[in-house]
Amino acid sequence: MTDKTVSLPETPKHSGFIKNNLRNYGMLLSLLAIMLFFEIVTDGTLLQPVNLTNLVLQNSYIVIMALGMLLVIVTGHIDLSVGSVAGFVGAVAAVLMVSYHVDYPTAFIVCLLIGAAIGAAQGYWVAYFKIPSFIVTLAGMLVFKGLALAVLQGRSVGPFPPTFQKLSSGFIPELFPSAGTLYPTSLLIGVVLAFALVLASAKSRAREQSHGIEVEPYAFFIAKSIALAGAVLYFTYLIASHRGLPNVLVIMTLLIALYGFVTRRTVIGRQIYAVGGNAKAAKLSGVKTERLTFFTFVNMGVLAALAGLVFAARLNTATPKAGLGFELDVIAACFIGGASAYGGVGRVGGAVVGAMIMGVMNNGMSILGIGIDYQQVIKGLVLLGAVCIDVYNQRR
Amino acid sequence: MTAMLEMRNVSKSFAGVQALRDVNFTVEAGQIHALVGENGAGKSTLMKVLSGVYPAGSYEGSILFDGEERRFRYINDSEALGIIIIHQELALIPLMSIAENIFLSRAPSRFGVVDRNAVYRRTAELLAQVGLRESPDTLVTDLGVGKQQLVEIAKALSKKVRLLILDEPTASLNEADSAALLDRLLVFREQGIASILISHKLNEVARVADRITVLRDGRTVDSLDCRIEQVDEDRIIRSMVNRDLAHRFPERNVAIGNPVMTVENWSVYHPLHTARQVIKNVDFRVRRGEVVGIAGLMGAGRTEFAMSLFGRAWGYNISGRISLDGREANLASVPAAIHAGLAYVTEDRKQLGLILADDVRKNVTLASLRQVSDRGVIDDVVELKAASDYRSRMRIRCSDVYQEAGQLSGGNQQKVVLSKWLMTDPQVLLLDEPTRGIDVGAKYEIYCIINELAEAGKGVVVISSEMPELLGICDRICVMNDGAFVGEFAKDDATQEKIMRAIMRNVRMSGNGAHDSEVRAGDGAQ
Repeated sequence: MTDKTVSLPETPKHSGFIKNNLRNYGMLLSLLAIMLFFEIVTDGTLLQPVNLTNLVLQNSYIVIMALGMLLVIVTGHIDLSVGSVAGFVGAVAAVLMVSYHVDYPTAFIVCLLIGAAIGAAQGYWVAYFKIPSFIVTLAGMLVFKGLALAVLQGRSVGPFPPTFQKLSSGFIPELFPSAGTLYPTSLLIGVVLAFALVLASAKSRAREQSHGIEVEPYAFFIAKSIALAGAVLYFTYLIASHRGLPNVLVIMTLLIALYGFVTRRTVIGRQIYAVGGNAKAAKLSGVKTERLTFFTFVNMGVLAALAGLVFAARLNTATPKAGLGFELDVIAACFIGGASAYGGVGRVGGAVVGAMIMGVMNNGMSILGIGIDYQQVIKGLVLLGAVCIDVYNQRR
Repeated sequence: MTAMLEMRNVSKSFAGVQALRDVNFTVEAGQIHALVGENGAGKSTLMKVLSGVYPAGSYEGSILFDGEERRFRYINDSEALGIIIIHQELALIPLMSIAENIFLSRAPSRFGVVDRNAVYRRTAELLAQVGLRESPDTLVTDLGVGKQQLVEIAKALSKKVRLLILDEPTASLNEADSAALLDRLLVFREQGIASILISHKLNEVARVADRITVLRDGRTVDSLDCRIEQVDEDRIIRSMVNRDLAHRFPERNVAIGNPVMTVENWSVYHPLHTARQVIKNVDFRVRRGEVVGIAGLMGAGRTEFAMSLFGRAWGYNISGRISLDGREANLASVPAAIHAGLAYVTEDRKQLGLILADDVRKNVTLASLRQVSDRGVIDDVVELKAASDYRSRMRIRCSDVYQEAGQLSGGNQQKVVLSKWLMTDPQVLLLDEPTRGIDVGAKYEIYCIINELAEAGKGVVVISSEMPELLGICDRICVMNDGAFVGEFAKDDATQEKIMRAIMRNVRMSGNGAHDSEVRAGDGAQ
C-alpha cells in the first residue's frame, strides 16, 4: 500500500442514505405491515403469546433450510430435494430411535452425517460434472421421497423418546422459578441479547467513524437501535409470558447469526457470492469455484437433515408424507427475501424475513379460516409480487 | 456498370467510441469487392450496418440499393432484397441435417406440413451449385469447417442472393478449401452475384478482387480498382497501417534486468478439439523491467497462450517448462499461478474480469482476500482502505468504492481489473488487450501504469491488436501466428509494415505448416 492519502467521501448524503437503506429494509417493512394487518383482522390473536410460540415452532424448519438454500441460490443453483431429504432423514431417525433403540445423540449425529453425504453426492454431480442442479436435485427429490417410503415401509413410525421430542417441543430450562406467569430466564436472555446487539452496532459504528468511513446519520442510528432493542424486548416479553424460549428458537437464532456472519464477513462467504456473480471471473481470480459449489450442497444437506429432525420431533412421528412440498416454501422464502435467481445476490436476513412472511401469512390466514385452496393462491401471488417489486427496483 | 449498393457518409458510434466516420462504400453488380483493414478498423461494423443488425436510425448516413434509399430495421429486411451475410462464426445448427439447416425457416410446405421431397430435391440442386458432394441428409456436425462454409453459401443461394457478404470465410480453411471457395465466388460473379469479401489474407484478396477498399480507424482511406492498376500485397499493407500517430505514449526509463519468466517448448491443445494443437512448442521470455508485446491477428493463439501460462486456465494436455526468476515453477492451478506472482488481465473484462453486480471494493480485493482478512474473517476497515487506496492511485472515477462495477465506464472498469491484479503484487503481468474499447485519455493512463510497473522491475507482457500501441510502449515485439512465434523485433527495429508483413506472409503459408524464420530479425536487447 502506498502512503498517499486515502480519499473518502466526507459529506454524508442523508436523503441518499435513507433511500438506499429503504431498499434493504423494504422486506422487513413488508413483514411488519403484514403482521400489523393480521394483528388487526384477527383481533389480536396473531401476537398472542401462545400463537407466537406456535408460529416460531411451525416455521423453524423452513427458516433452517432457507439458510442453506440461500447459499445454494447465491452460487447460482437450486436444490429441489430438500423436502424429500428432510422427510427421509426424519424417517431414518424414527427407525433408528424407535425400532432399533439407538440413543438420541448417536442417532442425531448419524442423521446429520447422512444429510452431509446426500449433499455431497448431489453437489459432486453439480460442481464437478456440471450437471444442472435443477436436474440433479429433481432426481434427488424422487430418490429420497422413495427411500423415505421404503425405510418406513409405508407406515408412520413413532413416538420418539421424550428427550428427542424436546428438540422441537421443549423450552429452555427455567433457572429462577417464579410464581408469576413470566419466565425470568427467557426474559433475561432477551434483555442481554437486545443490549448486546445495540452495543455491537454502536462499537462497529464508532470504529468505522474513527477510520473516516461514512456512517449512518446519528439520529437514524439511535432510531434504529431503539427499534431493534424494542422489537427484541417485546418479542421476548411475549414469548416469556407463555412458556419461555423454545429450544428450537435458540438453535435457529444461533444458526441465523452464524450464517449472517459467514456470508457478510468471511472470505468463504465473499467467494460464494463471487461464484454466483460471475463464476468465470471468480475462477480466474483464484477462487476454487467447484469446491465452493460442492460445499454449499453439503451444507444444504446437513441443514435439510437438521430440519427433518426438527420436523419429526415436532410431529413426534415420522410419516411417509413428511417434508412434502417444503422445498417450495424454502425457495419462495429466499426469493421473497430478495435473492436473485441468477445468483450472486441475496442476504441471510432477507431469507429469514421471507420465511417469516410466508409463516405469518400461513398462520394469519388459518386463524381467519381461509381454506388451504385460497391460501395457496394468495401465497403464490405474494411470491410473484415480491419478485416483481425486486426486479422493478433493480431496473430503476 | 451501375452501382448496385451505395453506402454514403455512414457514421456510427458506440458510447463515445467512433467506430465509423463518413464511410463511403460502393458495390457494382457482379463485382467482387474486398474490404480490408486491421482488427477494429470498422469492417464488421460496416457490414452490420448494411445488413440491418444495427437498425436504421442507430447510424448516420444513407444506404442505397438498386438506386433507392433503404432503411433496414431487421436482418430480414436486407435479406428480402438478397443481401446475405455469412458470419465468421457459422450460424448452423450442428445436429440438424444439411437440408434442414438450409430450409430452417422457409421450408417448402403445404398447409404447414413440410414437403420433405421438395426440400431434399432443392437441397441437392443447391449443393451441386456450390460444388459440395454430400447427401442433403448428412448432419452438419459431421462436416468439416470448409464444407460447413459451403452449406452456408448454399443457404444464401436458397434465399435468392444478389449480394453475398463473407466475413473471413477462409480464416479456418486450408489452402485447397480456400481456393475452392474463392473459385466459387468467381463463378457467382459470372452469374451476376456480387460479393463483399472481408479477409486478412491479402494474397487471396489480390487474386480475386475487382476492387479493394481499405478501412482504417473507421474511415475509408483507399479504394483500389484492380482492373486499372496491378495491386500487390505491399500496396495494400501500406494503406492499412500508414497512419499518423494520433495519440502519444508516455516516456519511460528502460532498465532491463534478468529474465523473470522463461517459457520453453510450451505446447497446448484445444480443450474440446483435443487433437488440435493450438500453441505449437513455443519459447518465450520476459525480463525484469521489460515490456514485451505480442502482435498477431485474432485467432493467432495469443490469448490461449497467456491463459495457459496462467495456471492452465485454458487448454488441454499442456506441456513445457516455465521458470520464474530462473527457478522452474509448476503452475498447475490459478491459485498457484497467483501465488507464484503471475497476473492475467483478461481481454474480456465483462465476462471474465469483473463481477459487474458487485461493488468496486469487492472486485478489487477478490484475488487478495487473504491480505484483508484474519483467519478467514474479512476486516471491513482494512479492506475499505485497500480499495480506496487503489481508487485514488489508479484514478478510478466512481462515486465511492461501493459503486457497482457495472455502472462504470470501460476505462474505469479496466482500472478496477488492473487494481485487482496489482493488489496481488505480481512479478509478471500478462495484459490481454488492456486498452480495448476504452477512450484515448484512459488509454494514456493505462500506458502510464504499464510504465510504472516496468520501472518497478516487473515483467510486463502486452497482447494487443493495435500496432501503434505495441510500437509505442513495448521494448520488444513478438509476432504470433497460428500458435507459433513467427517474428521478433526490437523496439528500434520494429515498424508497422514489418510486423504486418510478418503476419501476412505467415497467414499465406499457414495451412502448409511452414513458418517463416527469416523475419526473426534483430533481437537487439539480447
